[in-house]
Amino acid sequence: MRRSTWRGRTALAVVALTTLAGTAGCLGKSSNSDSARNSDAKDFTVTIGDNAISGGKNAQGADWITNWVIPHFVADEKAKGRTAHVKFQGSGAADEDYKAKVALDLKTGSGPDLYSIDGIWLGEFADAGYIKPLADLVGKASADGWDGWAQIPPAVQQAFSYKGTRYGVSQGTDGRVIFFNKKLFAQAGLSADWQPKSWDDIIAAGQTLKAKVPGVTPIQLNAGTAMGEATTAQAVLPLLVGTGKELYANGKWQGNTQAVRDMLGMYQQIYKGGLGDPVLQEDAKGRDKSFAEFAAGKIGMLFESDYLWRGVIDPTNGIDKMPTRDADVGYALIPAQKPGSGVHGQQYVSISGGGGWIVNPATKYPQQTWELLQLLSSKDATIAFLGNKAQITERQDVNSQVLANDPMLTFVSQKVLPLTTFRPGFAVYPQVSQALEQATLDVVEGKTPEQAAATYQSTIEPLVGGTAKVDSN
Amino acid sequence: MGRPRLTPTDLAAAPAPPPAAAAKPSRPARPITDVVGLGRPRAVAFVAPALALIGVFLVFPAVWTLYIGVTNYRLTGAAAKAPSFVGVDNYRTALSDPAFYHSLWLTLIFVLGSAAIGQNVLGLGLAWVLRQANRWVRRLIESLVLLAWILPSSVVAFLWIALLDRDAGTVNELLGHTPGGTPWLVAYPMTSIVVFNIWRGTAFSMMLYSAALSSVPPSHLETARLAGSSTAQTLRDVVLPHIRRYAVTNTLLITLWTFNDFTPFLLTAGGPNHRSEVAPVYIYNTAIIGGQMGYSGAISLIVLLINLLLALVYLRAGRARSRS
Repeated sequence: MRRSTWRGRTALAVVALTTLAGTAGCLGKSSNSDSARNSDAKDFTVTIGDNAISGGKNAQGADWITNWVIPHFVADEKAKGRTAHVKFQGSGAADEDYKAKVALDLKTGSGPDLYSIDGIWLGEFADAGYIKPLADLVGKASADGWDGWAQIPPAVQQAFSYKGTRYGVSQGTDGRVIFFNKKLFAQAGLSADWQPKSWDDIIAAGQTLKAKVPGVTPIQLNAGTAMGEATTAQAVLPLLVGTGKELYANGKWQGNTQAVRDMLGMYQQIYKGGLGDPVLQEDAKGRDKSFAEFAAGKIGMLFESDYLWRGVIDPTNGIDKMPTRDADVGYALIPAQKPGSGVHGQQYVSISGGGGWIVNPATKYPQQTWELLQLLSSKDATIAFLGNKAQITERQDVNSQVLANDPMLTFVSQKVLPLTTFRPGFAVYPQVSQALEQATLDVVEGKTPEQAAATYQSTIEPLVGGTAKVDSN
Repeated sequence: MGRPRLTPTDLAAAPAPPPAAAAKPSRPARPITDVVGLGRPRAVAFVAPALALIGVFLVFPAVWTLYIGVTNYRLTGAAAKAPSFVGVDNYRTALSDPAFYHSLWLTLIFVLGSAAIGQNVLGLGLAWVLRQANRWVRRLIESLVLLAWILPSSVVAFLWIALLDRDAGTVNELLGHTPGGTPWLVAYPMTSIVVFNIWRGTAFSMMLYSAALSSVPPSHLETARLAGSSTAQTLRDVVLPHIRRYAVTNTLLITLWTFNDFTPFLLTAGGPNHRSEVAPVYIYNTAIIGGQMGYSGAISLIVLLINLLLALVYLRAGRARSRS
């Protein structure tokens, strides 16, 4: 028995070692790319993936792809004598979950041919080799030859470029404002044209609401890790630029600085002062619930991008339809901490981002997918996407035509975009963002801004490359 | 448990076996293993498919975990393309990471509370009470308990969220606390998932104990009754000695399941602020949301070792008891 046992063990060890050796080469493989592969296929199938689903999240986008983009693309291809089959792979998940799904798809060389992603993921996906420059995928002449580029401002193209190279096409951009419920404001004796000039004005309005309109949450300023990137983008960064500092500037990230402590201090004032609902920040579905509560008139002020206006509380196809939106919802610019204390000495500040489309490097039909993307970003398609609504699109020829339909979006495009700041597009950004979310959560749960900022600094130091890359004073 | 397994492994891993004649005389005491007379090649062919499956779905993932655990592999970013070897750094980080110990502590509470105590006691209790119950009552209750067990996790999680929600939850509705009742999943995350898991998993213990109780000779129960023993005494002195080995098996199985159970994620996603982040949820959040694949590989391996350790302890305990 003895010898047999030993032989078994040796064999097991050999198997394990062989497997180990076999797997060792598997991490980080690269795929070959022939941009002309299958370009003459007469019959092909491509799939579009988006975090949008009919009747749910981003329903407008899902319906547009199904009812406009796909039929038009199939018809165009038919005119060229080719049979196209286009599938739509919708999803209605939280942004972080959708991102994990896309990353895993791309990593394993599977998934839809054309993907909608958030511009802020571009850096980490590109560094991982999950996505490729457009010119590599479809050929330089073909990528640069699209006439649509002339209509997209360079700053917006930047949102879908990484290290100066185009990876995809942006779809629209946005700006952050403070939405407020005019009805609740009227009950509290506040003006319908409310425009705070400093953080103190926001707190003062919150206290007035708290005193005069019981039963409502005065301020919803996203906090905590459960909200994910929505905490950083909608709340942390707009406050931070209001102190005059950008998260990343001159080769350094903001660490335990006065700016970060002030930003966290604002959280403390809101959540320890009873002006916000701490439970909502910790709920796994907190962001969705905050939208529902705002639509139901239970939240006084909400820091959000124009997405709230057109995607959430839209009276006809929002997730939380608010029939009285146009009459009841006001919007104000986000003030700097004190007048003139904002970044570049501004009085008001904002943060912008935006989604867009990338071609999956694993696609069997790169040329056809690129044609689909061109159609999807064309003027006609963009106008069809908007329907009778407005949104700040990536195309200037469309913006000049449609924004007049909607006062809120005109406001964003004319007042907010000129003073906005974009998030730093580094691969490490999402990790820094998570550390910021944790810091806000720490404050909501009772730590002081000083403690939370110190923890934040020690978390990001190893991530961004040591003390030298972190500003702390 | 490991011993009988060695024979097929041995057979499969020896593609060019030494001459049987040379091996046999050296082991005169060896029992005859080839009782069916298959012969080595056919025996190898016989177990090969099973071994291939085990290799692909068990050995390979385990080895893969071992491998990524010594790299700085990430889900995205430059370290996803070209991960570098970091040796035992991940393990060192894990063993000094308060968040990891916190998740193990929560796992311990979760396993003890919901499985080792909750499901065990409730399962035995139900089995004991239903033993003499009216046939229809028994069928009905068994069906309800089983239903909780066989429904898909996602459906069940949705129902529980609807039950425990702060503003429109059934519990708050019953208490008359809407709107603005207790946010159960936020205020009592661990209690919520423990109660949830007891509700969800009791069926298995109940069925196992039902079968076990039928192995208790009725004459013993009758004798105990005639001797005037109370229910507690009967359970302790007559029933438990008979079902001890079932209890060990049951506890082992549900402990391991519960240890690796991911369903709490569907209720609380590990929150609020990591307060219900049991080990499997911690691994998921680290790997998929945090993107730290290498680090989570290292944690997974540590958790795997803890699982093995648990299994060994239980098996030892079971063996010791059956011997005594």
